[in-house]
Amino acid sequence: MRDGPMPGVPGAGVPAAPGRGGRLVGRSVPRREDPRLLTGRGRFVDDIALPGMLHAQFVRSTVANGVIEAIDLTAVHEVPGVVAAFTAGDLALSDIVAQLERPEPEFVETAMPVLARDRVRYVGEPVAIVIARDAYAAEDGLEAARVSYTVRQPVTSAAAALAADAPLVHEEAAHNTLVDVSLCATDGIDEVFAAADRVVRVDTRTGRQNALPLETRGAVAHWDDREEQLVVQTCTQVPHQVRTVAARCLRLAERAVRVVVPDMGGGFGQKSVVGREEIATAAAALRLRRPVKWIEDRKDALSASFLAREQHYDVRAAFDADGRILGIDADVVCDMGAYSCYPFTAGIEPLMASAELPGVYKVPAYRVRGRAVATNKAPTAPYRGVSRPQYVMVVERLFERAARELGLDPVEIRRRNVITDFPYTGVNGITYDPGSYLESLDLCARTLRDEGWYERRTAAAEEGRHLGIGYACFSERTGYGSAAFAQRRMAVVPGFDISEVRMDTSGAVTVTTGTMSHGQSHETTMAQIVADELGLDIGAVRLHQGDTDRITYGWGTFASRSITVGGSAVRLAAGKLGEKLRRIAADRWGIPWEETALGRGRVHRRGDPAVTIGYPELADLAYLRAHLLPKDIEPGLSATATFDVFNDGTFSNATHGVVVELDEGTGRVEILRYVCVEDCGVAINPQVVEGQCRGGIAQGIAGALFEQVTYDAQGEPSATSFLDYKVPTAHEIPEVTIHHLETPCAFSATGAKGAGEGGTIGAPAAVLNAVNDALRATGVELDRTPLTPETVHRALRGLPEPAA
Amino acid sequence: MTDTDTDAGTDSDTGADSLPVDSSPVIGRELQLITLEVNGEEYEVITEPRRTLVDILRHELRLTGTHVGCEHGVCGACTVLLDGRPVRACLMFAAQAEGAAIRTVESLSDGADGSELSDLQRAFRSHHGLQCGFCTPGFLMLAEGFLAERPQATKAEIREVVAANLCRCTGYQSIVEAIDSCAAARREGEEK
Repeated sequence: MRDGPMPGVPGAGVPAAPGRGGRLVGRSVPRREDPRLLTGRGRFVDDIALPGMLHAQFVRSTVANGVIEAIDLTAVHEVPGVVAAFTAGDLALSDIVAQLERPEPEFVETAMPVLARDRVRYVGEPVAIVIARDAYAAEDGLEAARVSYTVRQPVTSAAAALAADAPLVHEEAAHNTLVDVSLCATDGIDEVFAAADRVVRVDTRTGRQNALPLETRGAVAHWDDREEQLVVQTCTQVPHQVRTVAARCLRLAERAVRVVVPDMGGGFGQKSVVGREEIATAAAALRLRRPVKWIEDRKDALSASFLAREQHYDVRAAFDADGRILGIDADVVCDMGAYSCYPFTAGIEPLMASAELPGVYKVPAYRVRGRAVATNKAPTAPYRGVSRPQYVMVVERLFERAARELGLDPVEIRRRNVITDFPYTGVNGITYDPGSYLESLDLCARTLRDEGWYERRTAAAEEGRHLGIGYACFSERTGYGSAAFAQRRMAVVPGFDISEVRMDTSGAVTVTTGTMSHGQSHETTMAQIVADELGLDIGAVRLHQGDTDRITYGWGTFASRSITVGGSAVRLAAGKLGEKLRRIAADRWGIPWEETALGRGRVHRRGDPAVTIGYPELADLAYLRAHLLPKDIEPGLSATATFDVFNDGTFSNATHGVVVELDEGTGRVEILRYVCVEDCGVAINPQVVEGQCRGGIAQGIAGALFEQVTYDAQGEPSATSFLDYKVPTAHEIPEVTIHHLETPCAFSATGAKGAGEGGTIGAPAAVLNAVNDALRATGVELDRTPLTPETVHRALRGLPEPAA
Repeated sequence: MTDTDTDAGTDSDTGADSLPVDSSPVIGRELQLITLEVNGEEYEVITEPRRTLVDILRHELRLTGTHVGCEHGVCGACTVLLDGRPVRACLMFAAQAEGAAIRTVESLSDGADGSELSDLQRAFRSHHGLQCGFCTPGFLMLAEGFLAERPQATKAEIREVVAANLCRCTGYQSIVEAIDSCAAARREGEEK
């Protein structure tokens, strides 16, 4: 459970934040979502069955780089149960194009066709869609497809892609470079490095990962003759963006497409981009005028969906003799695979890393080059944390290395460098709002010290065992408004959110959000906010999300934006409705509306709480006896509000502390203790926040120690089942103790900061630092993830990391 | 430069186009009549022998609470009880379940409309043992089967059993705690 405000911690426990002290906000209210999900009554996309529904699967490329010579689907049509099969030529869809407003060579625009036309660029790329009476027959149909290719040499790594004579993934992108940007270059930085007491370097690579929602991607599309609409039910984090792309690709008016999102089995970013398969499924449904369902199988999800995280950092940092950082010089190369994702583009990873890399530290000089490189691998999408797990790992390694070389304590070197005076405008031009960087670091370190882990580490070393302690101190920008996203220069700029609150004649309300919960509990947390604002029971508030016909517009859920931005819009809309209720009541009483206030389900007269009118009575007036309303009040009870962030956003922060022991015989890394001290401002529902933390940490550990998408030299994916792609279980993921600090956001309407990604961001750095601490007697330092038992086993024998 | 072809395996039967009814068997395929006992009710299903138990449960009987996460027996989202023991419903043909008593997540809750949560379901709720809820039915059935067999299970044993299934949201701790607290409450109830 949530700890109280930390005594003696500046910034924590500030009393004046809006939204605090609510009846429901700040409490671990049981989730509204749970009863249906626990009884098997949720409705996920594969649970949908429509009359006459057909089933789609995709003929996929078997080569990583090739020219399609011929596609022969004759035999497919002969397969019992197959109804239709279409190629790109049959469907004639427009391409999916994601754009940055940056000139070449900063950005090279490339197109992703819905079905491959003449070229294939990765194994698993969809080439044709087969539609059959049942899912088994659709798979039979795939077997009968014949596609011939002229095979070309693939590029399967960023290094190979950047080589002078490398084959081009897209003819228009020279050097296979899709994005090449230097966001920062402090004048005189070379002199800073030349004069520094100490320069340390980290050259690291992080493995390609799959965000891996347990529910794979999928869609059910059908044409609705009454509405004259193509209805696409799909598990997406961004319903309005799917609508836009579907309308463009199929050349329909936007109003002729309705995207509806059922219950979602996770997303973690993989579903925050528009996939080709849902568009092809929609096109098939439109063509056949019959419902078509596509459910991705796990093999396709592992090899042909959207991946992330394969990055190479070559970074130097300059320090003075006291361990104060003087500058960072970074070169970041991200292997984005074959295509740029909509709407974020291939810039998503390098731009995030470039903008945010200095993190929680006072870095006076900074130079960065960030590149997105195309390879013949499945494309990438944002994945929980987006580059932050990687650059935090790099920066934290730099500090650990500097501490080692300067003979400083790893916690002390961080203490000397973290930002403590807020607001702080960094060398990257970003202004950081107040956080508890130093406080979280101190509390985390004190916790491990008080528990005796340092003594245990000493005792273990004396017994020849390898115990290590590692930390990660970091912040995470959340609540990106349109101003912050505009700096990325995407052609479409996300940021704001719109909410509508409507009260019915019984006094219960329905609220809309443009965000899209896929496990984050919005039906509960958004309802908590509205119920508090209007003095309602949580059961009287119902959330609508994920329906482009019900919600005016929305940017969906990503970048930990939902509670910060969406939750603020929800609160503002509820506040507006509250004002209308007060105005109607004030008119009845013949007093100015300012002399009224909202109570529990009723408006009362200020100074005379006995004089009240209940919401049902006010709703009765607003709807059923509107002739009694004053002329300046419109009938009905609804209100709409928007929220946007006009500054650089709000920063959540945390420190993670990890204790590991390395097994000398097997190289296994066992996590003995995991402590997370986090600060996401006002936690609307502390239990939900803890769930986000723990789940995020598990995914961070997965990236640090277990999961990697691998390819052979021909670009054939070699981890296409859970036997090879090693998702950690309860056996590998430890218990995590969470301590909360609370530095409320000053400009979100609830005081909340984002909480969705932080766990994932801190874990790889903390685990890697702990492993390196455990290896200190060997003199070997490891910088790459995932850390395999083989690498650790070698390191324990004094052997360095194998060359890349 | 080489040419490669994908495997070509054609079925020689020709499919007649018939009524567009969801999951009606495709004409020209081998069919069999099987009888399944699910959650205490008997069902007769005409189906192709190759269809898995989970597909019959979900798409023929419309018991969609059981989910499919990997189709190769690792993730456990499809876990159901077969004669009381947890099994992967994606790894067996429906025909293989004939004669066995099958239980799915839909059987756990009580009350006239099935909305009264069991103690295990309530424990998952109070410990936030689910987020997206996709893996949850599998974990519930795994725990239901395990606790029936081993009511004295320690928390460490529960963690080992929970390691049989995959969850991508929770980090497992709250699932372990939910099952452990349910087991402890049941033991207390026994003692009284």
